[in-house]
Amino acid sequence: MTLSAALPDAAQLLAELIAGRLPDARGRFGPFGGRYVPETLIPALERLEQGVREHLHASDFQAEFAAQLTSWVGRPTALTFAARLSERWGARVWLKREDLAHTGAHKINNAIGQALLARRLGARRIVAETGAGQHGVACAAACARLGLPCTVYMGAIDMERQAPNVGRMRLLGTEVVPVTSGDRTLRAAIDEAMRDWVADPTDTYYLLGSAVGPHPYPYLVRELQAVIGREARSQMLAATGRLPDALIACVGGGSNSMGAFHAFVADAAVEIIGVEAGGRGAGLGENAATVAFGRPGVLHGAYSMLLQNEDGQIQETHSVSAGLDYPGVGPEHALLAAIGRVHYQTASDEEALAGVRALSECEGILPALESAHALSGAERWARSHPGGTILVCLSGRGDKDMSTLQQTLLGSQSA
Amino acid sequence: MSPRERISAAIRTAAAQGEPALIAYLTAGFPLREKFREHVRALASAADVLEIGVPFTDPMADGVTIQRASLAALAQGVTLKWILAELQALGRLRAPLLLMSYLNPLLAFGLERLAAAAAQAGVAGFIVPDLPLDESSELRAALDAQQLALVQMVTPVTHEKRLAQLCAGSQGFVYAVTMTGTTGKSVAVPDAVLGYLDRVRASSPLPVCAGFGIRSREQVKRLRGHVDGVVVGSALVEVLERGEDPTPWLQALRSG
Repeated sequence: MTLSAALPDAAQLLAELIAGRLPDARGRFGPFGGRYVPETLIPALERLEQGVREHLHASDFQAEFAAQLTSWVGRPTALTFAARLSERWGARVWLKREDLAHTGAHKINNAIGQALLARRLGARRIVAETGAGQHGVACAAACARLGLPCTVYMGAIDMERQAPNVGRMRLLGTEVVPVTSGDRTLRAAIDEAMRDWVADPTDTYYLLGSAVGPHPYPYLVRELQAVIGREARSQMLAATGRLPDALIACVGGGSNSMGAFHAFVADAAVEIIGVEAGGRGAGLGENAATVAFGRPGVLHGAYSMLLQNEDGQIQETHSVSAGLDYPGVGPEHALLAAIGRVHYQTASDEEALAGVRALSECEGILPALESAHALSGAERWARSHPGGTILVCLSGRGDKDMSTLQQTLLGSQSA
Repeated sequence: MSPRERISAAIRTAAAQGEPALIAYLTAGFPLREKFREHVRALASAADVLEIGVPFTDPMADGVTIQRASLAALAQGVTLKWILAELQALGRLRAPLLLMSYLNPLLAFGLERLAAAAAQAGVAGFIVPDLPLDESSELRAALDAQQLALVQMVTPVTHEKRLAQLCAGSQGFVYAVTMTGTTGKSVAVPDAVLGYLDRVRASSPLPVCAGFGIRSREQVKRLRGHVDGVVVGSALVEVLERGEDPTPWLQALRSG
């Protein structure tokens, strides 16, 4: 069964999305989204929603945010034409260089934006979760910049595979708490960050790193990340005089992709593609491809697509990239999939690793394993659309992945 | 009497004896699946209401004890389907039964099917910690058809207007969470908490039961006169985990 069959009003939902009417007053993107949290968190979410309404689009907040993006994050990030990769794949490949943003990934856009908001709302401390460590590092940096105490929860497995980021967070003055419960990766880290927030919902601000969670987080994160797509769209127009034929980004929870897609959703001629982590294959537990293999359900505060078993228990996931290793996906992605505006596909661990190698060798850019999933999808698109133009959201840099790369690409090289 | 009225009546009857009613919580199938019926029988005669936890992989409102119990139950293959079949086999018990479950296992079961299956298994109501009143209309409609209760929680940070809505929307009883935080941590019950419980009681037409962090006779004595019942969860789960008899432990909470 396809979900679009269950949403006969797809065209109307797309029109509402483009008109800026989603999420609706109840925090819904069509059937997806909402606010499924313990009662203790309701007042905190109501305050946050009120704060978002009051500040996010106010000119003084926007000016403050823009100044941080320019002078500290290093925006606008470059748009790079990948000449040798284009030659190899047979289509024109452009890269939106979020890897050049401060701290090495798109995560900083959201982290500094929410930290500024938290300060306005009078938060005394920040708590956050992290998977690959990129959001954790971005939070740690933003909190240091604004003088806010910060605690980051990180799965014990992720702490091992992303060790350099743990050190970076600590140097930035953040307390990193290992999570040894549950699956010991991103999902358990979110559970634990939420438990921390439940204990002190009045003075603690939960700085969620992806376009997931209860309303208004998916909206807030999208708005703060939308700078990626806005810049890329005008940079493409300036560089080529037209929009790309296709736009592609990797999807875990879905913040870099939502940020890249948002400005292009109304451009009907632009094909939009999201690439999920195909891991080792299609079996339950072998991947983190939520749209591809999931069913609707509720986790971490929102109704969205979920990898779960028939009893509604959340499935453990696998991906070579810690940042995509998550059994859920943002509710707006669930809607974009259901109405057919974005096409979701998967790239396996192996394909992602091949993407790392290709970009490194051809363009002198070591991409994050997460972003390499988008590169793999881009190669597939390029080979079936010779001469076409594709824009890739290169969400982050790959230095953090060196230990995984030592065991995979470099390991197999020396063997 | 409808199932939801049975819950209120059981709490009121017990509270009329001068001590708060006891609502005992048990994670289904913990520590051992084979002992589930035995534990349900024992607790249903020692307590006034029995709350049965449906294990979930991501219990975000729960502390370490119930997290541990939930994962151990899941590892033994405990499912909602199995729980309902076991309860049905047990037949009618003295204490009314509530199921406490996060929303996703209920959605996976199917809400309409759930209400009928739960009623048939003798379940009188539900507590769903990640389902706020505002999102509850679908489950509420399904449970209404069987006269089952959907219990709402209120917390120390709930503002006055919402407190009134939650008390008016609750069924069976009002679950007053004693503190901000997850289940299981012991709380001292300071005067501020008693004041909050008095406010809840003043706005609730239903009995009010306090839960989260209740472990000792001293706490129950402090709460006496301010609530109609107390929920004991993590501490009771720990008693069962140690292999001790829960009956004398529960009795000690309401005497002395």
